[in-house]
Amino acid sequence: MIKQTRYHQSELAVIGAGIAGCAATIFAQARGIKTTQIGNTGALAYTSGVFDLLGVADGKHLKDPWQGLTKLRELEPNHPYAKLSNKEIRSAFDEFTSTVADMGLNYTAPGDENHLALLPAGATKPTYSMPLTMRKITQAIAEKARVLIVDFAGLQGFSANEIVANLSEQWPELRSTRIEFPEMDSNAQLFPEVMARALEVEATREQFSKLIKDVAGDAQYIAIPAILGIHRPDRIHKHIEKLVRLPIFEIPTIPPAVAGIRLRELFEQQLSERGATVIAQQTVREVSFSEEGIKLHLKDSYGPVEVNSDKLLLASGRFLSRGLLADQQQVREALLGLPLQQPEGREAWFSDDYFDPKGHAVNRAGVLVNESFQPIDENNQVVDDRLYAAGIILANQDWIRQRCGAGLAIATAYRAINAIVASR
Amino acid sequence: MGQHKQQLETEVLVIGGGVTGTGIMRDLALRGINSVLIDVKDLNAGASGGNHGLLHSGGRYVASDAETAAECRIEGDILKIIASKAIDPCGGIFAAVEGDDPDFASQFPEYCKRAGISCKELTVKQARELEPCLSEKTIAAFQVPDASVDPFHLTLSNVQQAQEVSDSDYLPHTQITGFDIIDGEVKAAICHDSRANAEVRISAKQFINASGAWSKHVAELAGCADISLLYSKGTLIISNSRVNRGVINRLRLPGDGDILVPGGTVSLLGTTSDNVTSLENIKPTVSEVDRILAEGAAMIPSLQSTRFIRAFAGVRPLLMASDAVADGRNASRGFTIYDHEEQGLSNFATVAGGKLTTFRLMAEKTGDLIAKRLGNTNPSHSATTELPSHEGVRWTEPGYSASYWFKRKDPTDLILCECEMVPQSAVHEIIEQAPGAEEEMTLKAIGMRSRIGKGTCQGAFCSMRVTSELYDKNIYNNTDGLQHMRSFIEERYKGIRPILWGEQMPQMELAETMHCGLMGLDLFDDDKAVEVVEKS
Repeated sequence: MIKQTRYHQSELAVIGAGIAGCAATIFAQARGIKTTQIGNTGALAYTSGVFDLLGVADGKHLKDPWQGLTKLRELEPNHPYAKLSNKEIRSAFDEFTSTVADMGLNYTAPGDENHLALLPAGATKPTYSMPLTMRKITQAIAEKARVLIVDFAGLQGFSANEIVANLSEQWPELRSTRIEFPEMDSNAQLFPEVMARALEVEATREQFSKLIKDVAGDAQYIAIPAILGIHRPDRIHKHIEKLVRLPIFEIPTIPPAVAGIRLRELFEQQLSERGATVIAQQTVREVSFSEEGIKLHLKDSYGPVEVNSDKLLLASGRFLSRGLLADQQQVREALLGLPLQQPEGREAWFSDDYFDPKGHAVNRAGVLVNESFQPIDENNQVVDDRLYAAGIILANQDWIRQRCGAGLAIATAYRAINAIVASR
Repeated sequence: MGQHKQQLETEVLVIGGGVTGTGIMRDLALRGINSVLIDVKDLNAGASGGNHGLLHSGGRYVASDAETAAECRIEGDILKIIASKAIDPCGGIFAAVEGDDPDFASQFPEYCKRAGISCKELTVKQARELEPCLSEKTIAAFQVPDASVDPFHLTLSNVQQAQEVSDSDYLPHTQITGFDIIDGEVKAAICHDSRANAEVRISAKQFINASGAWSKHVAELAGCADISLLYSKGTLIISNSRVNRGVINRLRLPGDGDILVPGGTVSLLGTTSDNVTSLENIKPTVSEVDRILAEGAAMIPSLQSTRFIRAFAGVRPLLMASDAVADGRNASRGFTIYDHEEQGLSNFATVAGGKLTTFRLMAEKTGDLIAKRLGNTNPSHSATTELPSHEGVRWTEPGYSASYWFKRKDPTDLILCECEMVPQSAVHEIIEQAPGAEEEMTLKAIGMRSRIGKGTCQGAFCSMRVTSELYDKNIYNNTDGLQHMRSFIEERYKGIRPILWGEQMPQMELAETMHCGLMGLDLFDDDKAVEVVEKS
């Protein structure tokens, strides 16, 4: 059988299925831009599921991200956030979270401050927006309430003891306990994803809730690892709270984490239902720019695919998602060979100290862009006026240390899409 | 917390927990002499824990140091019999490539013959059949009886045997701060136990200094100024998978990146030889790694595209004759025993220099001196007595964990380290059986006794899982666990930084995401680990 090439035509092609790529597709759809999105969502499944705007400055937790952003623009004038106003970032975030809620996954409404999210080993981080299934931590912390953290026999990497041990000095009312998950061989290894899918079954929820009620004692809140379903976590959350008769919140787990899987599946299903062409879990092999347009070549299991597009948005991420590659001497942008800002020579890439408060210089390497988020070269010339870039592939930011990954992805995608609209 | 003074008494105090110190402990025990072995840190904290793992046939020294070459041959043969479980008798090849001195190659068999080392000439075709990774530009090749050895296996087994056949003991985290000397006789060593934060006084009849690169410092504490050492730093890099069947040596005068040694499921490429004056802050650098790789690739081109997962550096304490020029490559690899009699001491000795391969001989000669001084007439039995493997040592053997777990077929035994397939039960066993009775089992101590942290992820994932496990078992009940995880990761990083390129970049990004983003370790400080009270 000869494999026939399938052709797609769109106004915009988005490369990348992480938060930036998905945000770009969402914004494009809302503005009536016919979009094809291509990408592999590896990294999304590793995230904790919360949306950070700006969590850390000067090695300390930030309570007010907006003030933090204002300061950041002064201190780091080349930071991607410096091209955007607080108002614009806020609009971007609002539009993104309300669309995600529309799609079926509810997050806390973005406001004026960060709130502390609890992390798998008992550390905390200030974040801007959390899934509703996690949000009652905020109230529980404020009340220093009696919280019972429940973990499960066989679920490795999540230890209620560990979380309590690390927080108890400041939060003495925390307790831990372990139960068995219903209908699973409690001696074998459990995975959050499997438990989450099991809780999509009503009967399992009923058994689960009973087991929790039995150990709840005088707890005011129950905390569990993030396992409240994949598809309709808010509904599952409400049902279980009703049965247990106590407020419940999820705590993120180490990868592969359900909260990230929820986002990935949500985007994969919903973006195409809303009219985008989504070519999931594939890698673009080659891109060519000509007067007629931009051609992307890739393959899926049925054979070759060619996407023809007027505009291209590159949101392919960094090393983990293979948006960037490195040999012994230098870093390269993987797909188009775009000029990159980077430290001179490998000796300068990484600090001597892993936890250097300044972070590692190579993490700030990346694509340079103009105000419209079009990639530019060392002479400030636009590489191609049909090409845009967004997300953590951009230079001059350190998303891991600054805790700004989601905000950066959403806000830069927002500006890029608006620039595309303006250029039509 | 007050400072208690602990008093111990033994026949011999051995200072230094590397292969030499533990070898001496064993040699003495086999003569019926009890000893206490101490180390500032833990076993193999010095050169014994940072070397190539090569059991030399002696071929490397035939041209420059015939005495050492012969010693290597003899000792290698002995160890292959008595410590067979610690050794992979994989054999070795010396190969020259285009550009290497053809005269050196043609003289090689004669040099080997003089040192009694078996050396078989191979055609280039034969050599490349034996080792397909050898360059097409190979011009000469010889086969020699090199082997690879696991130094931790040796050290641990030395200690175990000594403890079994005598009343000997090993105390880690015990540092010499001074000696009590009266009339030319050392009465006791004054030490500091860094875990208990207490002073320990160890009285003994004889004192032996086998502290490797620190032996000059220790001897000076006893008032002896007769030791002259050259510190030669060597860096090595470890590949993700095994590249060669047996050892491959460059057939030329010793230089950088000359040797590729197989070590179970990986290969080790090295090394360098750069003089250093301080023993502090020894770590592999980007330029050393690049140098090693460039040289190694001339002999084995596939190394350019091999994935390396770790680099490490160690310091060779080499003997320097007082009038010698300081040159690490040409310094003697032989050893010397200083009896310090000229320094006015009658019961203190230092053994310095030498090689991993000849540790048993060093221990025997040292044992001879000590036995004589004690009036003990038993000869050494170390060459003819089998050295059984320490029970717990199996966890350090690459691949062992995986086959153990698979055979057990126990689904309750969760895998904590997925790169190396190390299950929970292994970690529990290690915690219970650690030699030296660790009060606090850190990730570092577990990592040393197993393959945890040694696989592809270099501890990024398993450190989180093992730490959770230790909290679960109530071995940690406060922020110390996260603190130790942070130190473990910082330590591993020293070896990861110089090999970060290619496929290691995604690994590093994931690791940093988890350690900072999920574990919050970059913001962790000693005073207040975790912020819960919200600041305005």
